[in-house]
Amino acid sequence: MNTYKHSVFLDVKKCNGCTTCLKHCPTEAIRIKDGHAVINEERCIDCGECIRLCPNSAKKAKCSALSSMDKFKWKIALPAPTLYGQFDNLDDVDYVLDGLLKLGFDDVFEVSAAAELVSAYTRKYLKTSGITKPAISSACPVVTRLIALRFPSLLDHVIHMLPPMEVAAHLAREKAKQEHPEFSDSDIGVCFISPCPAKASYVNNGFADYKSKVDVVVSISDIYFHLISVMKYGSDVKPLSNSGIIGISWASSGGEATAIFNENYLAADGIENVMRVLDQMENGNIPPLDFIELNACTGGCVGGVLTIQNPFVAKARLRSLRRYLPVSEHFNAEEDEYLPSEFLFDDLPTYRPISRLSASMAESMRMMADIQKLKETLPGIDCGSCGAPNCRALAEDIVKGKSSIEKCLIRLRGVKDEG
Amino acid sequence: MPDVLNFHFEVDGDDFKSAGHASFICKKNLRQLGISPEIIRRVSIAMYEGEINMVIHARGGSADVNVYEDCIEIILADKGPGIKNIKQAMQEGYSTATDNIRSLGFGAGMGLPNMKRYTDYMDIKSTVGEGTTITMKVNFE
Repeated sequence: MNTYKHSVFLDVKKCNGCTTCLKHCPTEAIRIKDGHAVINEERCIDCGECIRLCPNSAKKAKCSALSSMDKFKWKIALPAPTLYGQFDNLDDVDYVLDGLLKLGFDDVFEVSAAAELVSAYTRKYLKTSGITKPAISSACPVVTRLIALRFPSLLDHVIHMLPPMEVAAHLAREKAKQEHPEFSDSDIGVCFISPCPAKASYVNNGFADYKSKVDVVVSISDIYFHLISVMKYGSDVKPLSNSGIIGISWASSGGEATAIFNENYLAADGIENVMRVLDQMENGNIPPLDFIELNACTGGCVGGVLTIQNPFVAKARLRSLRRYLPVSEHFNAEEDEYLPSEFLFDDLPTYRPISRLSASMAESMRMMADIQKLKETLPGIDCGSCGAPNCRALAEDIVKGKSSIEKCLIRLRGVKDEG
Repeated sequence: MPDVLNFHFEVDGDDFKSAGHASFICKKNLRQLGISPEIIRRVSIAMYEGEINMVIHARGGSADVNVYEDCIEIILADKGPGIKNIKQAMQEGYSTATDNIRSLGFGAGMGLPNMKRYTDYMDIKSTVGEGTTITMKVNFE
């Protein structure tokens, strides 16, 4: 049974049943039924492609409003570095951090600072003997879910390191508890400011047995408008920023990989490209690499669907923003003798054979034979009018009893012409 | 239950970009049958290597994947130049691929050895000037 709480959902009123999302969903999780899209929750990986492409803005992401933080006595903001790339002419991160305090947060903890620690520990991890290489980063939640669902033979490659958001949440909480012993754990609220719906799903669902330390996820697109009304360039702001080039570079593709200080890496972005890399890895057809960085969104996190700015513009802005920063504000971690357990997670999501036709192999083989036969009778133009993304998918749906051959309009027309 | 389920693929030798497509589709099919990830991985690697070989050396051919109750059989047949010395071809690092192919990252001489490594049975029948047929099996147990 599917118990995963997704953050991508459909506004039925706005959906007119066009086939845009249907044709572009990388896991074929969408069908059009009764004139609107239906998302198969077992297959959805929260990549947000459908949100990005929907011409009617019918696909949305469930995130919280800023007011969800009101119930906490001590409110901490965790801005993703992508946030900094959204603003025109920003020359100092402190204006953004100060803006967050003006919005009512009591403290800010930059995710980019935690990212520098994760980078330091990743460098250390890569030097550990006995690890499976190439090691795959676990930072993008879409990628880890995709691997668990579709590429189970690659699970051993995934680094069991918590993503920067989680590390930031942990450290921010510890700091708050130390500085304010008067607050209990439940008084402290941690709010992640997210570029993508997948992070919201990660927080809602946890990760295998791990429970997220983030309480609320607010989208960058939402907080942006609150921020621009309170941010003031040139004003006297507290120097809060505490991350360097490495931390800020995590926002775009290749940033995490270059921080391993080793040229033996690959960085791919965009869900289709990510799938191609994983597929090639599964075929044993990639050069011997140490590290693989995969980002579901084009350009990396700056390409997340909950951002405002074009990812390439955001990336260019981040490049000028980080220019005179130190390489990293957090590099001493490498001198530690072990990887601290609060940076690690135990279990990856377990493999579920979601694409399996039937629980019995014999039945699956019979169904597969039927699908092959049926597919031959379909026109093969993959038009999507039947509500399935392609003819093969319709054949599968029919054999599974979820659709019927009459749904194929092209075939129906052919039958009429002949008659 | 059908005794055997067959997936047939024509491997196009003229289009290098499409090399690997048959093993991709095959992998998807096997996943739908509920076959274990480890078996799928072995079949995918063996078939991928064979498919690449057919494109590089034989201008394509055909691939048949037969799913039996207890094993998966892969038959790759081409009408290429044939293999002169099978024993030599089986050696790791031995390759007759051109520099052009090597520059793309193929032709490392690991194709046939990998096919043997990842399967439980492998048989090569080849006649110079006529073609090559390779039969491989991966057992479920």
